[in-house]
Amino acid sequence: MAGGTITRADLSEAVYQEVGLSRNESAELVESVLNEISDALVRGEMVKLSSFGSFSVREKGERIGRNPKTGEEVPILPRRVLVFRASHVLKNRINNALSSPAPAQNEVEA
Amino acid sequence: MTKSELIQHIADLNPHLYHRDVERIVTTIFDEISEALSRGDRVELRGFGAFSVKRREARVGRNPRTGTAVNVSEKHVPFFKTGKQLRERLNNR
Repeated sequence: MAGGTITRADLSEAVYQEVGLSRNESAELVESVLNEISDALVRGEMVKLSSFGSFSVREKGERIGRNPKTGEEVPILPRRVLVFRASHVLKNRINNALSSPAPAQNEVEA
Repeated sequence: MTKSELIQHIADLNPHLYHRDVERIVTTIFDEISEALSRGDRVELRGFGAFSVKRREARVGRNPRTGTAVNVSEKHVPFFKTGKQLRERLNNR
């Protein structure tokens, strides 16, 4: 694996290269896209981006957790968590690029 | 919200841009993320979240219908961890 990290700056640069906007405006647009997605999720909407994946909000009920250090029981309050499901297109793209070629699916001794 | 609705929202906020350019902008962003993940890179978007790729070891699985053992080869799966700020916003903090 390459193991590098890309950030907003790289996304802005890609937008800048692709569309003839200023670097500044490219950066603002990247921000605006992330904000629109966040706002929709905060409203409780699901966000579906075809060939990339979907983000949805899941409601979690209250449960009893434990402080791993002290063993003390603490209530974990009900909360909303974000779930990302990658599309098949994205999963296949990543797998084809990174995994060693799949051997034929063969049966082995049980 | 779908991708086309997202594009429409961004277009409404930026009346000086052509609709097709907004389409290219949104597509470019997600292509760039997909490409980085396909290289095995991480994508860190502070406040929003981070995309990364996790490796799953090859294993012997089972066909749940017939019970026969099947070799499952190594694979790589995309993973998203929600950013702190978005996590807090989801819980009105």
